[in-house]
Amino acid sequence: MSTLTTNYLTPTGREEAWRFTPLNRLQGLHDLSITIADHPSLHCDEMPIGVTISSQPSLETPPSSSTDDVAALKARSASSTVTVLAIAPDAVINTPIFLKRESLGQISEASRVVIRAGNHSKATVVVENAGSAILSEDVEIILEPGASLTFITLQEWENDAIHLGRHHAIIGKDATFTSIVVTIGGSLVRLLPTVEYAGPGSSAEMLGLYFAGAGQHLEHRIHVDHNVGHAKSRVNYKGALSGESARTVWIGDVFIRAAAEATDTYELNRNLLLSDGARADSVPNLEIETGDIVGAGHASTTGRFDDEQLFYLQSRGIPEAEAKRLVIRGFFLEILSKIGIEAIEERIMGRIDNELSSVVIG
Amino acid sequence: MSTLDIKNLQVAVETEEGSKQILRGVDLTINSGETHAIMGPNGSGKSTLAYSIAGHPKYTITGGSVTLDGVDVLAMSVDERAKAGLFLAMQYPVEVPGVSVSNFLRTSVTAIRGEAPKVRTWVGEVKEAMAALSMDPAFAERNVNEGFSGGEKKRHEILQMELLKPKIAILDETDSGLDVDALRVVSEGVNRIKESNDLGIMLITHYTRILRYIQPDFVHVFSAGRIVEAGGPELANKLEENGYAEYVTA
Ligand SMILES: Nc1ncnc2c1ncn2[C@@H]1O[C@H](COP(=O)(O)OP(=O)(O)OP(=O)(O)O)[C@@H](O)[C@H]1O
Ligand SMILES: [Mg+2]
Repeated sequence: MSTLTTNYLTPTGREEAWRFTPLNRLQGLHDLSITIADHPSLHCDEMPIGVTISSQPSLETPPSSSTDDVAALKARSASSTVTVLAIAPDAVINTPIFLKRESLGQISEASRVVIRAGNHSKATVVVENAGSAILSEDVEIILEPGASLTFITLQEWENDAIHLGRHHAIIGKDATFTSIVVTIGGSLVRLLPTVEYAGPGSSAEMLGLYFAGAGQHLEHRIHVDHNVGHAKSRVNYKGALSGESARTVWIGDVFIRAAAEATDTYELNRNLLLSDGARADSVPNLEIETGDIVGAGHASTTGRFDDEQLFYLQSRGIPEAEAKRLVIRGFFLEILSKIGIEAIEERIMGRIDNELSSVVIG
Repeated sequence: MSTLDIKNLQVAVETEEGSKQILRGVDLTINSGETHAIMGPNGSGKSTLAYSIAGHPKYTITGGSVTLDGVDVLAMSVDERAKAGLFLAMQYPVEVPGVSVSNFLRTSVTAIRGEAPKVRTWVGEVKEAMAALSMDPAFAERNVNEGFSGGEKKRHEILQMELLKPKIAILDETDSGLDVDALRVVSEGVNRIKESNDLGIMLITHYTRILRYIQPDFVHVFSAGRIVEAGGPELANKLEENGYAEYVTA
């Protein structure tokens, strides 16, 4: 089976969408001439009442959205089945729904996932990625009217993992979508958290936290398509980089189409460079086709430690390393505290502390 | 009994046009229990003196010495100076996003005392110290100085001083931005610590009002990077009447 049209070509690295990505490290995940395996490894321990998970033939579950991302298209065509997670209408699931991937090994894997949040349902879905992997995934998230869904993905990969992914949400009328992306592990991670709207009164909050150590390439390409009116988006990604050739890319594309009157959007990206030899690219991009909006703005900063903050803490007896740790924890807390699952917040904070202690910061 | 000894201190800052000399030979000795008021025109270098003693990286020491009980302060890192018993209440306290006041105070007290405060008594200790400074306990959960009003920041500085119990404190315009009531509350706080700890104080100020609450033993006139006159409390009144004209040479 193949849904790939000949319009799509294997990226060369000259394309806008691929110009930051080191293609030679992708193990062919982007290469249309190479076949990748299909053995969905996403699993869950147990499902609460009101939530079902099943495997459906891909052909019977056509994609709900179109994409021009070659890796996502390739993942679609390579997946013979789709993992479908369904949250029943009106179901209010108070405990997080955990999905896991661990140690996929050295076989390239394609994965298609559909998450469907029913009318007025309320739930939190957490995807925990750990171990080694060469993964390309296409995740579609459909929020029916009035649904409220928090979608958390944790990239706590081993340092050899390669992970390409598109997480696309279609947000229905009066629905509320929160996406939290945490990327700490992996050799190369390139994620596309994207949203579009299916009705007014809908909102998206897209949060991200990333920490790139030596040699890691962590790329997040946010895309918000304000295609209907009276919808809201907030984007806030915070990253830190430390070590030789630590590399992060953040792209924030927000489009406000002519039909999207009364749009309210703001996007923010902050990067903290903790050592020489690290590089953060940050490209916010706002395109507005209507004058009738509530608000639209963006901000992007990339800088080093604030000397005044460090001095203030040290002048109270706190040693330099501890002061830096406090400042970084404080920097990330704004995002981390939104996860709302204490065990995960602590685990991620612990990983951040580890990243810090494994490098000489200064 | 402690002594902070500043001898012929010379300090420069790096500017785009090169190094700029700010302090031109400051001599001052502060003993435990003494309060030294420092008064002088804007830009004369008072904060530079305060920051240099605390070890702010922006300032380069180009000459002279600072010792605390004979130990070279200038050779110490910033946190070591605090551990040695120096405290600087800053003219412009810094905001630290994402770090709560309670976490900050606990971390700082742990570093200074060399051990974590007892969980059982700690909360009460902080509450009491906050109440004594008429600070709403809700400040404990807010981020350090973030969104604090000018006066709230100054109270927070004195709160830290109360908990850290330094030997010598430098108060850089702690009175600026305080309303009448806050001035009294903060002054009482300073006097309390002074009495219980035999604190030595360098009090940088532009106004004699605070000196009615915190009695100085000495008043020094600071101008163009050095102390140009020293006297008793009466000197402050004279400055208030006449200004600094006679000390400022063109
Ligand atoms: N980076 C810099 N470049 C140029 N001049 C500087 C720099 N940093 C400080 N200065 C100058 O050093 C001088 C002393 O400043 P300082 O803050 O110590 O004054 P002050 O006596 O505390 O003044 P105030 O009463 O206004 O608080 C000022 O003239 C200031 O402009
Ligand atoms: Mg000053």
